[in-house]
Amino acid sequence: MELTLLNVVIAVTIAIGFAALNAAYLVWAERRGAGRIQNRPGPNINGPLGLLQPPLDGIKLMAKQLIIPGGADKALFIAAPVLAMAPAIVSFVTLPFSDTIIAHNLNIGVLAIFAFASLGGISLLFAGWSSRNKYAVMSSVRAVSQAIAYEIPMLVTVITVVLITGTMNLMEIVEAQKGGIWNWYFFPFTSGLYNPLMTMSFLIFFICALAETNRAPFDLGEAESELVAGFHTEYGSMGFGLFFMGEYANIVIGSCLTTLLFLGGWDAPLPVLSFIPGVVWFLIKIYLIIATIIWIRWTFPRTTIYGLLNLSWKILIPLSLFNLLLTAGLLKVV
Amino acid sequence: MSVPIRLQPDETFILNVGPQHPATHGVLRVKMEMDGEYIVSAETVIGYIHRMHEKMGEIKTYPQFYMNLSRMDYLGALGYSHGHVLLIEKAAGIEVPERAEYIRAITVELNRIASHLFWFGAFVMDLGGFSPLMYALQDREYILDMLERITGSRLTYSYYRFGGLYNDIDDQFIESVKKFIPRMRKSLKKYHKLVTGNIIFRKRLEGNAILSKETCRKYGASSAVARGSGINYDVRRNEPYSVYPEFNFDIPVYHECDSMARYKVRMDEIEQSLRIIEQGIAKLPDGPIMPKKAPKIIKPPKGDYYQAVETARGNFGIRLVSDGTKNPYRLKLRSPTYSNMHLFDETCTGLLIMDALAFMGSLDLVIPEIDR
Repeated sequence: MELTLLNVVIAVTIAIGFAALNAAYLVWAERRGAGRIQNRPGPNINGPLGLLQPPLDGIKLMAKQLIIPGGADKALFIAAPVLAMAPAIVSFVTLPFSDTIIAHNLNIGVLAIFAFASLGGISLLFAGWSSRNKYAVMSSVRAVSQAIAYEIPMLVTVITVVLITGTMNLMEIVEAQKGGIWNWYFFPFTSGLYNPLMTMSFLIFFICALAETNRAPFDLGEAESELVAGFHTEYGSMGFGLFFMGEYANIVIGSCLTTLLFLGGWDAPLPVLSFIPGVVWFLIKIYLIIATIIWIRWTFPRTTIYGLLNLSWKILIPLSLFNLLLTAGLLKVV
Repeated sequence: MSVPIRLQPDETFILNVGPQHPATHGVLRVKMEMDGEYIVSAETVIGYIHRMHEKMGEIKTYPQFYMNLSRMDYLGALGYSHGHVLLIEKAAGIEVPERAEYIRAITVELNRIASHLFWFGAFVMDLGGFSPLMYALQDREYILDMLERITGSRLTYSYYRFGGLYNDIDDQFIESVKKFIPRMRKSLKKYHKLVTGNIIFRKRLEGNAILSKETCRKYGASSAVARGSGINYDVRRNEPYSVYPEFNFDIPVYHECDSMARYKVRMDEIEQSLRIIEQGIAKLPDGPIMPKKAPKIIKPPKGDYYQAVETARGNFGIRLVSDGTKNPYRLKLRSPTYSNMHLFDETCTGLLIMDALAFMGSLDLVIPEIDR
């Protein structure tokens, strides 16, 4: 694709549109899904199947007054929700949806996305600290320790994949997995390596993605029964709305990355089925993962903060490091 | 510019949990001195919903005050009404027909199950699991519908009368109870599968907030709080009243002393209540529901009377000092949650805030009942 200005603008607009649409409609999907799980209808009044609920919620949030608590750090207070949403949208620019649909093909796509993802932790810290609310501060401290604990195993697993493919370009990582479900990195016999721990790596990555996006059972940052609403206790109006949308945009990015790195991206599970366009497969895969995330949220109680940190430091990090070593060894031998 | 949160010289800060906080399920305030996420000391502050029930007891006549009892505890209202009517009947010497006592036992146990179901849902929600609440409320709804048909209300029942009942039960009620029992047993299995076996749930509760027998005795704890700490005490068994001696049921007791033990006791109590209801329906005698000669004006003779009952929240006692007039001289309400709650201050020292709030959930607090 030629990198003309027009192309970039169109691509970025589509990326932003996709992110915003997903963020809005995942809220609807989550509420409907929760309704199904809990034997109740969920939002079903506004529009067919309640489909007008997200825009109406958006209008309601925008129409509300933005209240900045007295004693709050104004600049940070306003910057935090923007910081929560903006990196998520920018990340979409580097995410390929099929072999042709990509806004901007970066050679260091994986690195860029993780760099943007780290900004999410900072936004929670800003929000908590600037609100001048004790619950918010406690929540942001939790969020930061959580972000540190879970970025390490996540990055180590990503390094494992990068080692196998030898590239950080997301397009090339997917190309390396082409040729049916048995070639995907989520399977142990990937790339002729026969690494038995790849499935475990996939699970580690998925757990870390849950923790990184502050989703249940790792939603300690906004543990509503303890910290009221956590870091966004003092936010109303669109400030809260941006945090909310940012959370869902991050979920989409998390599931996109899981799909790209471990589930073969837009590759059809069987070569026979490759007449269906790649983007369809890609969307099927990410929405399956998102459905799983929603399902987990409405099934499990919340972990404790020490349970969460123990899981990362004592189990996930050693296991992912071990797999990194094993993969490196196998690459040398095979 | 912003002002940083002021830390005490020794780096602790005061956190006010409540009076409006999702974990306290009411207007309870807990003043916690925190060291990061650890609780250095806690102080429960009550009185935000004090309604002077005891004073009202003195200035109102007996039948007038009777309505207040169901306003004490909005989840298990029938148990409190039961204690009051038993006390007045004892004091004024009113004979109660056997059928009325059986129906009282059945409805009290139904109400106990409803209360435990709500507690179960709210407790799991305190731990971050939202769905079990919805399931529990569906089963509770079934009970409320049944009780609404015969008592006329869904929450603050005033179903009993001095000497009997307001309304007799009919075949439709008995049918619905018979349908409810297997349904509830099935739901219990579902709850155990969904919640009790869940690894996160177990890890959070096992070993959380150990309450020794001595602490329970010191504060006068009752209900699942005491029985989860190995104290085999249930008013229905230890100071039998009403028709409970006729029933065959167990008192679940666990010796682990942790929040999981308290959880298990309550879940087992649902099963025991189902057994009592089953036997009550089977043994239900025919006959009147009000005595032939119920006194119009209640004037207990001069004296000092006491009645304890086992409500969903524990040992509820009423003491009545009568001077022989239409109004009591003194009416003391001993509410179980009041005693159960005061364990919290001592036990939560050194716990993380999330463990402390899980512990608070396991105490099954109903705030209007503490403040009275």
